[in-house]
Amino acid sequence: MRAFARTYLGVFMAFLYAPIIVLIVFSFNESKGRTFTGFTGKWYVQLFSDAAVMDALFTTLVVAFVSSIVATIMGTAAAIGLNNMEGKLKSGIMGMTYLPIINPEIITGVSFMLLFVVAKDFLGGLGVPFQFGWATLIIAHITFNVPYVILNVLPKLRQMDGSLVDAAMDLGCNHWQAFTKVVIHEIKPGIIAGFIMALTFSMDDFVVSYFTTGAKHQTLSVLIYSMTKKRVSPEINALSTIIFVVVLLILITVNLVERRNINKARKAQLERKREGGSFG
Amino acid sequence: MRVKASSYPYVAWALLFVAIPLGLIVYFSFTDAAGSFTLDNIIQAGIYSNVIIKSVWLSVISTVICLLLGYPLAYIMSRSNPITARTILLLVMLPMWMNFLLRTYGWMTILENNGILNQFFGLFGLGPFEMINTQGAVVLGMVYNYIPFMILPLHSVMSKIGNDVIEAAQDLGASPISVLSEVVVPLSMPGIKTGIIMVFVPAVSTFIISQMLGGGGNQLIGDIIELQFLGNAYNPNLGSAISLVLMVLVLMVMSVSGFLSDDNLEERVL
Repeated sequence: MRAFARTYLGVFMAFLYAPIIVLIVFSFNESKGRTFTGFTGKWYVQLFSDAAVMDALFTTLVVAFVSSIVATIMGTAAAIGLNNMEGKLKSGIMGMTYLPIINPEIITGVSFMLLFVVAKDFLGGLGVPFQFGWATLIIAHITFNVPYVILNVLPKLRQMDGSLVDAAMDLGCNHWQAFTKVVIHEIKPGIIAGFIMALTFSMDDFVVSYFTTGAKHQTLSVLIYSMTKKRVSPEINALSTIIFVVVLLILITVNLVERRNINKARKAQLERKREGGSFG
Repeated sequence: MRVKASSYPYVAWALLFVAIPLGLIVYFSFTDAAGSFTLDNIIQAGIYSNVIIKSVWLSVISTVICLLLGYPLAYIMSRSNPITARTILLLVMLPMWMNFLLRTYGWMTILENNGILNQFFGLFGLGPFEMINTQGAVVLGMVYNYIPFMILPLHSVMSKIGNDVIEAAQDLGASPISVLSEVVVPLSMPGIKTGIIMVFVPAVSTFIISQMLGGGGNQLIGDIIELQFLGNAYNPNLGSAISLVLMVLVLMVMSVSGFLSDDNLEERVL
């Protein structure tokens, strides 16, 4: 059984990492083609002077951070309100919250495109210029990000002891002070988890961006997609390798810190047991 | 603090950017370019029934393969110590941080007619095999991209099955197979359901995997929708009608599996 488990894990990981290893190897490929002709590091240098790639990276980061920050603020506020609601109104709003998550992405993308096309016609009729670009991208990303924040914050609010807020207000806090002095500290892990989730989904998104992007600013995924129709520049491989290594390092660090904490807790527990034992 | 008003900005936002856009899909489905009522789009969408059947078929195959491959992995994770399980989970999640278009492009490099696999087979005088631009390649792409969505819910359910439950079954004389079929599988049913939905929905609506790995001959519903909105065939009314069909299809699968009435929906989707 053990040997089977090991082999199975090995084969599975090989499957999971095969294309990633290929991508990393080809980031060092001399030629632009899909056959390996020789080793080079030049793509890692050229990457930073490629205006199209750098612009796409900038767009991706701006859209991700702006939309995640707005989504986190709006989502946290929404979760607090929802936590105090009951009945049909609450389940109606929750239904709208689940929709973008369970709907196929292409439906979300297409529905935004329809909205923005209609808005463009309508605003154009009023003489207001409106184009696909920053605004449409950011609106779309905020919309699919908010649900993740709400769903991360709501459970933390439910776990919170409601009398904490009452105590704060008895001691003279107003609503806002009760929030900044008490509530926010209780639900912080949920807010952070929601923010990070939103950031990841936003940076990784292709489908929704594809239907809401303008002619001028493309996100990285949209740029990569247009490249896959012809040939992906090895610069993109180089950029992805850099991102991959950074994420890997962050995860390893987090994991090591956690492992140390687990071990510490275990040691402490053992010690306590030993002390308890000496009493008996 | 019994404030409700703090959720109003979000409610307004969701009405404007979730409810109205979906309403527009319905509206466009039943109108023509001039804006008058018609059923033509829905009827025309019927022309693509072959594509719809093919999409459903390929995603069902992919979902089954994801379950068959993901289940043993989730089981292994649930029976190993917490640190090992965590490491495996991280390894499963890590590829998702590399852009999925690029990972799929990586598969193109592997599967091509003069790609890495065929060069390898060539060493033994075999092939070249035609792997890219086949339905098999599309299924591979779906399995590859969506299997983490199967493993995550399976893992979260199975890690809660205590070793004592399994040991109790063994003590009572259950064979390894009946431990699996009578104890482990029934207890992990909620995870199986969620996993199936989380794989099936993106698989049935994809348009990138079919374009990159399936060539021109393996169009799926997603490709047809994309074509109506961003392709040469620009026809948002027909595109909306096909989108509506896709939405109804997905909702049907969800309600049949009991996914929507699940009390723990919140836990399931995260």
